[in-house]
Amino acid sequence: MSDLAKMRELSSSVCIVGVDESDELGTLPGKSQLSLHVEAITNAVRDAGLKVSDVDGIFTAGQHSPATIGEAIGVVPRYVDGTTVGGCSFIIMVGHAVLALHHGLCDVAVVSHGESGRSGVGVSPRRDTALPGQFEFPYGFGGAPTYFGLITTRHMHEHGTTLEQWAQVAVSTRKWAALNPKARNRDPLTVRDVLDSRPVVWPFNILNICLVTDAGGAVVLTRADRAKDCAKRPVYVRGAGEGSEHVMLTQMRDLTFSEATRRSGEKAFAMAGVKGTDFDHIMLYDAFTSGPPLMLEALGLAKRGEGVHFFAEGRSTPGGKLPINTNGGGLSYTHSGMYGIFPIIEATRQLRHECGARQVPNTKLSLVNGMGGMLSAAGTLVLSNER
Amino acid sequence: MDLERPLPTPITPECRPYWEGARDGKLMIPKCRACGKPFMYPRVACPFCASRDVGWVQATGRGKLFSFEIAHQILNKAFKVKTPVVLAMVELEEGPRILTNLVGVAPDPKQIRCDMPVEVCFEKLTDQVSLPMFRPVGGGAR
Repeated sequence: MSDLAKMRELSSSVCIVGVDESDELGTLPGKSQLSLHVEAITNAVRDAGLKVSDVDGIFTAGQHSPATIGEAIGVVPRYVDGTTVGGCSFIIMVGHAVLALHHGLCDVAVVSHGESGRSGVGVSPRRDTALPGQFEFPYGFGGAPTYFGLITTRHMHEHGTTLEQWAQVAVSTRKWAALNPKARNRDPLTVRDVLDSRPVVWPFNILNICLVTDAGGAVVLTRADRAKDCAKRPVYVRGAGEGSEHVMLTQMRDLTFSEATRRSGEKAFAMAGVKGTDFDHIMLYDAFTSGPPLMLEALGLAKRGEGVHFFAEGRSTPGGKLPINTNGGGLSYTHSGMYGIFPIIEATRQLRHECGARQVPNTKLSLVNGMGGMLSAAGTLVLSNER
Repeated sequence: MDLERPLPTPITPECRPYWEGARDGKLMIPKCRACGKPFMYPRVACPFCASRDVGWVQATGRGKLFSFEIAHQILNKAFKVKTPVVLAMVELEEGPRILTNLVGVAPDPKQIRCDMPVEVCFEKLTDQVSLPMFRPVGGGAR
């Protein structure tokens, strides 16, 4: 059997049956990040019409191991996965969960995220800083904007992209946030507002950069045959792909093109049997305004240098031809640090047609793509409400 | 002593020749003896061919400004250089890219362009540690 045939066999074999956030999102000094996990899991399991005791596969990334999460919810799991390659880890783990479920290694998988990114409650950072400590921190690097800014400047140099075009991404995303009651920033925003906001690291002003919040999110999956018995309309995982290229930005082979993203998309699209032009809804990891355009370019949906064109009025915006980041994104809805769980939650809700004012009419096929680190790793999902 | 910047920490054994070179005013980089390619950061196997036969060469110190940004705030409290500061990625003539600061130029995006030629200079932090930085070729006193 060819590799492609093996991948195709996995397509639509597993469904997302439950999604939810923690009870609250935002500034939550009264909650540890472990509580954010537990809230999200109990909420998502309820959304699926299942019980926490049904969960037997635990997938999580970040500071807590899947063992800690299992213990916290009182489950002795049959399967654990703690792959941590940055904020896209949760997207990648949906693919890992498909494999584990398909092969009967577990029956109900939960992918869980909790992060006290703003308040730092119950946080114990443990990072390998040997290389950045020598080659980056002495120069003032540290914090994601100081790395992604370099990618962005080089893109402007190579492709002539402008500050106004990056700002348009924030404007489009804010329009969606205005329609999402859970979004943190919902006031109208203009390109001028972005350009006039506080400079942080040129080419980024503060409104080019995601929020910093406390939040949790969880996604529950089971095999398609069992999904029929769950509470909500199942969302099929038609394709999943992952990639990982570099960690240190100096090691990125092409500073304006994410090889990890390209590979993740290629695999996910092949598994699903879809093309980039087939999607009617897109969720992209927007830690910075320049991220989503570069992801569209690496995924092959846009030519190099032209990803920004997707964010023009009437395209990505409410009522537009190809809605992008309909929850309001990391830029305006929430961004706890490892944002990747939230685009999956939103895509699932859109495909269930339960999004109220921000519902994309008749959406059938959603693309979820996220990065880890600085376009270092990537995960792509093709989700559909049809098999 | 009150330093303006965090010292490179921890200096790992694999990277010691780089920092000893910088202390002596030389930009030393690893070079694979098997495939002949220089690389950064220092490691025990070549990232191009995985050979364990790795030596060191002195780089010319010339290169181009591959990308840059202008930091108006620095999160690291140990970094006390007055902002704005130009954070940069330089591509050395030999090929490897490193992160650094661009000095000897106004921190103004209109005065700086990608691919402009740059050359190394060293800022002494302590008797043991100097930091490689870059300035535009033929321009600007540090």
